[in-house]
Amino acid sequence: MGLVQIGPPAKDGDIGIMTLSLEKAVNWARKGSLWPMTFGLACCAIEMIAAVSSRYDIDRYGAGVFRASPRQSDLMIVAGTVCRRMAPVIRKIYDQMPEPKYVISMGSCATSGNIYDSYSVVQGVDRFVPVDIYVPGCPPTPEALFDGIFKLQDRIMQKRVFTKQPEQVKVVRA
Amino acid sequence: MHPIAEKIQTRFPEGFISSNEWRGDLAISVKRDALHDVCAYIRTDPELDCDYMVHVSSVDWPDEAERFEVVYEVYSIRKRHRIRIKTRVPEDDCRVDSMVDLWMGADFMEREVFDMMGIRFNHHPDLRRILMPDDYTEGYPLRKDFPVQGKGWRDTFDFLNDPN
Repeated sequence: MGLVQIGPPAKDGDIGIMTLSLEKAVNWARKGSLWPMTFGLACCAIEMIAAVSSRYDIDRYGAGVFRASPRQSDLMIVAGTVCRRMAPVIRKIYDQMPEPKYVISMGSCATSGNIYDSYSVVQGVDRFVPVDIYVPGCPPTPEALFDGIFKLQDRIMQKRVFTKQPEQVKVVRA
Repeated sequence: MHPIAEKIQTRFPEGFISSNEWRGDLAISVKRDALHDVCAYIRTDPELDCDYMVHVSSVDWPDEAERFEVVYEVYSIRKRHRIRIKTRVPEDDCRVDSMVDLWMGADFMEREVFDMMGIRFNHHPDLRRILMPDDYTEGYPLRKDFPVQGKGWRDTFDFLNDPN
């Protein structure tokens, strides 16, 4: 799959030697085992389920171990319409996730509220949790979700591990 | 007139207002004071025998004198007929008798009507908001004079500043 390509490919039977920075190795390990949390809020969850099941098999990209607990997960895929009454729950769950943690906003509703310009629907989950990747679509196909996960993996590879991280997207507090 | 409507009219000549049949659906309008008696009759009479409360809903007619309309839809599983019962409620006295003593299933649906339209149900065992949070203060979202985008609640995230 070529997660990290270093040097010419070794022949079968050769002792393979890889040289790389420890930071890259850590990032490689992190991006190869993204444990998402089951967080389906609406119909986008159906596409997320399809992405997990055998036809698409999200496990090929190391993001298939869906956990029911935020304390065991790295990635929160917010899939679906975010109602205002759900907002404190999402924030609490996000706060319970251990670092490093990532958020994918899956679908138009989670990204911007979509057509639901109503009294009860939050106009984008990024109003109260920082979002790494936005996946557009209504709902996004499993391929689109995979594309978002690849983009997130690319981003993880660029992160600094042993030096202080540059400040990320800040939540605008009301 | 539909035989069921006729039966109800002869039993309650005072409370009965009108009946309407459209594509096989029978709807009767009754006065608010007679609503509970009519419903008790529909529930217990062996010929009507409506044992299943299908739905409770409400309609806002902002230009009319009696602004709100509460709609009950009941069904008889044995007799296989359904009746829609409507009653009008004025805005300054949004009260109607609860049907929970007749149909237990009306409990949550009446709470939803209260939550969304602000109609209070007399003798309801547990009349609280059901969809909106208990501390919601902006009013009743399904009324026609409520703005579609709400009054700012969806954009306030007070929990972000909460130290807990």
